[in-house]
Amino acid sequence: MMKNETPNPLTTYEKALTNIILHDDRYVLMTAENHSAIRNLPPLLKERFVDTGITEQGMIGAAAGLALRGRIPVVHGLAAFITMRGFEFIRTDVGLGNQPVKLVGTFSGFHSEANGATHQALEDVSLLRTIPNMKIVCPADERDLEIALPVILQDESPCYIRFTDTKADIEHHPEFRFGEAETVTEGSDITILTYGMLLNQAYQAQQVLESRGISVRLLNMRSLKPVDERAILKAARETEMLVVLEDHFQAGGLYSILCEVLVKNQMICEVMPYSLNNRWFKPGLLQDVLAYEKFAASDIVDTIFKRWLRDFC
Amino acid sequence: MNMQNADKAKNLNVHELRSFALRVNEHIIRMAGKGGCFIGASLSCTDLMVYLYKQFLNIDPYKPDDPNRDYFFLSKGHAVPALYGTLAEIGMMDSARFENHLKTSDDIYWHPNPKIPGVEFPSGSLGHLLPVAVGVAMDIKMRGQSNKVVVETGDGELNEGSNWEACLIAAAKGLDNLIIVVDRNFFQANEQTENLIPIEPLEEKFFSFGCPSITLNGHDYEDMNLVFNRLPFRKGSPNVDIAETVRGNGVPSIEARADRRIFNNSDEKVEQLIAELHNEYADVLIPEAAAI
Repeated sequence: MMKNETPNPLTTYEKALTNIILHDDRYVLMTAENHSAIRNLPPLLKERFVDTGITEQGMIGAAAGLALRGRIPVVHGLAAFITMRGFEFIRTDVGLGNQPVKLVGTFSGFHSEANGATHQALEDVSLLRTIPNMKIVCPADERDLEIALPVILQDESPCYIRFTDTKADIEHHPEFRFGEAETVTEGSDITILTYGMLLNQAYQAQQVLESRGISVRLLNMRSLKPVDERAILKAARETEMLVVLEDHFQAGGLYSILCEVLVKNQMICEVMPYSLNNRWFKPGLLQDVLAYEKFAASDIVDTIFKRWLRDFC
Repeated sequence: MNMQNADKAKNLNVHELRSFALRVNEHIIRMAGKGGCFIGASLSCTDLMVYLYKQFLNIDPYKPDDPNRDYFFLSKGHAVPALYGTLAEIGMMDSARFENHLKTSDDIYWHPNPKIPGVEFPSGSLGHLLPVAVGVAMDIKMRGQSNKVVVETGDGELNEGSNWEACLIAAAKGLDNLIIVVDRNFFQANEQTENLIPIEPLEEKFFSFGCPSITLNGHDYEDMNLVFNRLPFRKGSPNVDIAETVRGNGVPSIEARADRRIFNNSDEKVEQLIAELHNEYADVLIPEAAAI
């Protein structure tokens, strides 16, 4: 910190993180020179803050080494770079050894905004869920992250957190469990399954669809691995159509997870993927991206409504 | 250096070390039958491992989890027969298990498995254990402890960029408890290093990455002893020992076939190779025979 700089108040994430790690020496805070999510923490963590420079592979290898010595590294980096540049190190040094390394990927999905395709992590879930022992949590907003964080940090497995710190539009259920979805609204016609920052758009869409007489169940699939199979199957049984909304490639994300669950359980139902199919998205500021790519609440309403009219009316 | 290690360094008994290396090399050659192993890359680093385990590392075979132990990481995982042979000879591993080499009933295959006592971490994919060792050395520094961390890499392995990331990090964090030992046998898998992707001048490369380095003869125990007793080379900097070795060392017919990295031999061929080895180690075999 610069000498004349007054300390900023901690963000919700920083508070939730320091509540656990500040007075527990097992935790080491790491980053490959990406301070966005932890800007205020280096002076607090002192020697337990390790910035390895722009070295995703080196950082993740070193995190595994720290874990071998009994530490629990909480590792930060741009989602695109830690999961892809660092993938083999995550797979082999963290996954194979089942080391309790917590990976926090920032600027995932649409959060990369105007950075361009180089920075778009749209396959992070797809890649990391192939790794044995790895858990994946995709909070919807800062409150959802705050709720999940203590459970993630106290769990013994490696875990990938698809970071988001947007403000919460909804009141979350104050408890997080791995493998449990959060039912945001009950509904009987359509189920929207989503995760991450799109939950807010989905919630707005749900409100509009309800006003048009369509009953929408909204599931916050915050834990993608393990996934809540019961919630998926229940939705498939109890509602007419499942919409899988994600800022992720269609290949390998929640749409794939859902298909696997349905096939495994010999369940046939109407499924509508709402994701990036075999393409990157147009870079821009978040609201513009959502509008351009038709992921804004109003677009979600229109697209689902048309499909509903076509197939069910 | 602690007292135990000071004693180890003083009492350099080359004859005993060579006898020890002979037995390790026998294990390697026997693992090169019935499915084979990376014999050339293993034989090149036997002397290094023998020196490290017998003279340098503070590792108690009966306390593999001792928190005060030194750490040894084999980053060139395909040389695992040399490691297992050494672990067997110091009593950390039962050599009877070598009968199970490559059998699914055991965990002894072409790359290290941490289920074997003494194997700190799995390896095989090159360029991984130097970063991992950096994390371990970093933690030791953070806790104000004095364990040493030795990581052995191949020379061809240094093509991997992650090693150089790790050197930058290690230098930046002042990890003078980290010792990088390069098994400089001048071969990649299929080619001589200098014919494929030249890495010379290697000492200068490491120096320029903030890691003082010294070249030594990886088959000469006196030379190793000189260098390893000078650590750390520079306070606050990671150390690099570039150990020049011969791929297939100790078995002339394999040294001559250094272009071949993996051997799978018939039982008869294995015995021929053992005979060759014994011929090379006659200096330590004959006095033993005379003693009987």
